[in-house]
Amino acid sequence: MSTTRVAPPSSVARRSGRALGLLPAALVLLVLVLISVGLGSRDVAPADVWQALIGSTDRADATVIREMRMPRTLIALVVGAALALGGTILQGLARNPLADPGVLGINAGAALAVVAGALVFGAMPASAAVWFAFAGAALATVAVYTIAAVGREGATPVKLALAGAAATALCGSFSSAILLADPDALNELRMWQVGALAGRYYPVLVQLAPYFAVGIVAALFTGRALNLLSLGDELASTLGLRIDRTRGVLFAIVALLCGAATAACGPIVFVGLMIPHLARLITGPDYRWILAYSTVLGPVLLLGSDILGRVLLPTAEVPVGVVVGVLGAPVFVLLVRFRRIVTI
Amino acid sequence: MTAVMAPVGTTARRFRALSRRRLGATVVVLSAVVVLLFVVSLVVGSVVVPPVDAVLATFGVGEDATVFVIQELRLTRAGAAALVGIALGVSGTLFQRVLGNPLASPDFLGVAAGAGTAAAAALVLGGVAGFTLSGYALLGGLATAALVYFLAWHRGVSEYRFILVGIGVGALASSVTSYLVARAEFSDARAALSWLVGSVGMATPGLLRVVAVLLVVLAVSGPGLARMLRALELGDEPARMLGARAERDRFVLLGVAAVLVSVATAAVGPVAFVAMLAGPLAAIALGPTSRSILASGLMGAVILQVADLLAQHALAWPISTGVVTGAFGAPYIAWVLISAARETSAG
Repeated sequence: MSTTRVAPPSSVARRSGRALGLLPAALVLLVLVLISVGLGSRDVAPADVWQALIGSTDRADATVIREMRMPRTLIALVVGAALALGGTILQGLARNPLADPGVLGINAGAALAVVAGALVFGAMPASAAVWFAFAGAALATVAVYTIAAVGREGATPVKLALAGAAATALCGSFSSAILLADPDALNELRMWQVGALAGRYYPVLVQLAPYFAVGIVAALFTGRALNLLSLGDELASTLGLRIDRTRGVLFAIVALLCGAATAACGPIVFVGLMIPHLARLITGPDYRWILAYSTVLGPVLLLGSDILGRVLLPTAEVPVGVVVGVLGAPVFVLLVRFRRIVTI
Repeated sequence: MTAVMAPVGTTARRFRALSRRRLGATVVVLSAVVVLLFVVSLVVGSVVVPPVDAVLATFGVGEDATVFVIQELRLTRAGAAALVGIALGVSGTLFQRVLGNPLASPDFLGVAAGAGTAAAAALVLGGVAGFTLSGYALLGGLATAALVYFLAWHRGVSEYRFILVGIGVGALASSVTSYLVARAEFSDARAALSWLVGSVGMATPGLLRVVAVLLVVLAVSGPGLARMLRALELGDEPARMLGARAERDRFVLLGVAAVLVSVATAAVGPVAFVAMLAGPLAAIALGPTSRSILASGLMGAVILQVADLLAQHALAWPISTGVVTGAFGAPYIAWVLISAARETSAG
């Protein structure tokens, strides 16, 4: 834990360097957005993409772009940011390099709640499903953290990962049991269960936008609290942080972010694991900067994975959840194998 | 169970005799339960067949309709629950004892997931079935086991790194499996889900035969494996003095365990946590003084049989076996984590 400290007061040069670093990341994101909007079974040239976006044409291209690819791209942006921020907060909260909304079973909990809600109340719009997702995410977060935190050494990476794996298995079991009872729901939720952006259009985005907005903005203001928590509970409370209340608020924000993300496109793992580490590599240990970078890099990863999934095979799409899973697992293994480089 | 070093003194001898009697009794009782549950799963169903008729029908004796129901519909499933259960139980207890950790089961080590991915790929992409399918699963399981071993090995095998690497590799494998299954566009979405969570009902007679042959080979080599295991559990140093080659033995035992779980997964899919639960439950039945691979295998069969009976009949609609075992295994993991933490806090 040798690097457990708040960043020294940054010099102006260092700070402006980090702020400038966001620029290339944002540029990459912009390029990805253009590719995402232009790419598909009906390829659209970048110039026409622009025309369609500013609304000066009303050809078929414009319809495809405005009604299908734009919402999909926008959902990828907010979900990517939400998962990355959720992961960052969890890692700071648990002082744990392996914390991730997927690994900890939080997304699986949200998914179970959505499936259970669909069983009891029938098909419902995203604006209703999201409340079930919040409840499921919150329950899973608290349960997993509580189980892992018993004992003197607290929530170690191993215990969190195992408790999370158990929660994922349990929630997955119950979700499957419910889906097996209801063939229609099974067919509808099959792709969603893997984590997919396909077929997610404006209604989903519009209905979930308020929750994403609140969650992402709230998350961006948690940097100071996370910095204090990284000093250890005792020092943080000496410095005036109310530990229990802060933990509660942070958990609530995580549940909000992960619940909304899962309601939008199913349980996606590893975004919240990879991005904070990448951000930490760039910025150093100051959580305010890690959060800022996560907000940009999370969408880069999710959108990039979605694009990759669309071009990977000539015949069919690979769901984004699968692409991220395949990319993220090696990172997880590396983090386990070479723990020294990622001490939080 | 003969200890490697003969204990001295009459108290020790009496103690040993006692624990051996308990071991014998446990194995007999567990075997009886396995047979009983086997018959029960033949009897119960939409048509209830009287036990005697059911047993006769397995040999082709009785009314045509009964023989059809038993032989074509129920026998494979009942047999799969028992045989695959034994394979999983033995595999789990080998992993747990070699790695010295109750949570070191093939579920967490990624082996089952890797075997499942290879089997799903062979099935979906190549239309492979039966014997060849279990061959692919075997390749997948062994390759995953080797990968996890290679990635986790760092001046010896620390069990927790082993488990965490296994969770990561397992997550990768299940991602690919869920993609393959989603892509397959099963006409029946239930069949697809069965592939993801595992169900005893998926077993075919061909795959079951592979499992049976494997178990016969295992039974023949059992005493040798048990000897290796006991030597390893004394620790590397005494084991070396007794002439055991610790690293090689560990490799052999983990290899056998990986083969067992791979073939089991080819037959019924990745049914969660049976391998993890079998050893510890058998240990409760045996008491603290003795351990037995055989008892763990039988306990694995009992778990899978009970889980499959519940899966078929407990709810108004049938569910996959893996759903039941997942639901029971997860609280057990939580309990292990909490009680282990309590112990370290108290000590």
